[in-house]
Amino acid sequence: MNKVSFTMSFVILYTFWILLSGYFDFVHLSLGVVSALLVSYTSHHLLTGDVRAEDVSIEMKRIIRFFLYLPWLFYQITLANIDVAYRVLHPKMPIDPRILRFKTDLKTDIGLTTLANSITLTPGTVTIDIKDGEFFVHAISEESAESLLSGEMQMRVKNIEGD
Amino acid sequence: MDLVNVISYSLFAIGSFFLVVAAIGIVRLPDFYTRMHAAGKSDTLGQSLILLGLIIHEGASFISIKIFFIILFIFIANPTATHAVAKAAFLSELAPWKKDGGKER
Repeated sequence: MNKVSFTMSFVILYTFWILLSGYFDFVHLSLGVVSALLVSYTSHHLLTGDVRAEDVSIEMKRIIRFFLYLPWLFYQITLANIDVAYRVLHPKMPIDPRILRFKTDLKTDIGLTTLANSITLTPGTVTIDIKDGEFFVHAISEESAESLLSGEMQMRVKNIEGD
Repeated sequence: MDLVNVISYSLFAIGSFFLVVAAIGIVRLPDFYTRMHAAGKSDTLGQSLILLGLIIHEGASFISIKIFFIILFIFIANPTATHAVAKAAFLSELAPWKKDGGKER
């Protein structure tokens, strides 16, 4: 069993338990310990993956950079929603959907997941599939396809991954 | 009416607007993939704005922290679900709608 990922899962889950329960008496806290231990024993590899002790600081840095990436993402999401609202409410519906594919050199799970979910949330594009580092994306119009292929988002996500 | 109420009520209104847009989009758009755009994006922002309005309405309390975590969860779960459904359609070779009526693939 991987002790590092077990401990990390336990800490994360127990913090979350305390936040969600909001009670600080003995019964609730000890029930939380039992539940968190049980869940981290059975499925710790799902939450943190197979991390080694020397990787923990790198992972922490990635998580911090991920939170720094969020403001830009929220800005893009607002743009996306105004774009979708415009296209849906316009009487002629100016859409011209297409499927595009592009290669990415992202390596880590957090990088690929972040890019896929960001694509889905931002202007006019939905991720359909990832196969061997190749993204299949459905774009609702030509402009949104072009803005994705310009690669600004990929650069920012790559920045999260670091080295 | 104080400022907190004004802000939270306008967030409710904007959030509801995006939810209505998502519903109209699902009815109006021509095929499955384009409907994913309406469902995947407008729903996420609409729900989050309404929850954000609730946070502001509630003020700093334990409930606000919980609502904040629900927002985080929606932002991870909603695009993932959209992606899963879109992938299922793609794997079962549903052809996307084209503007000129042609078929891709």
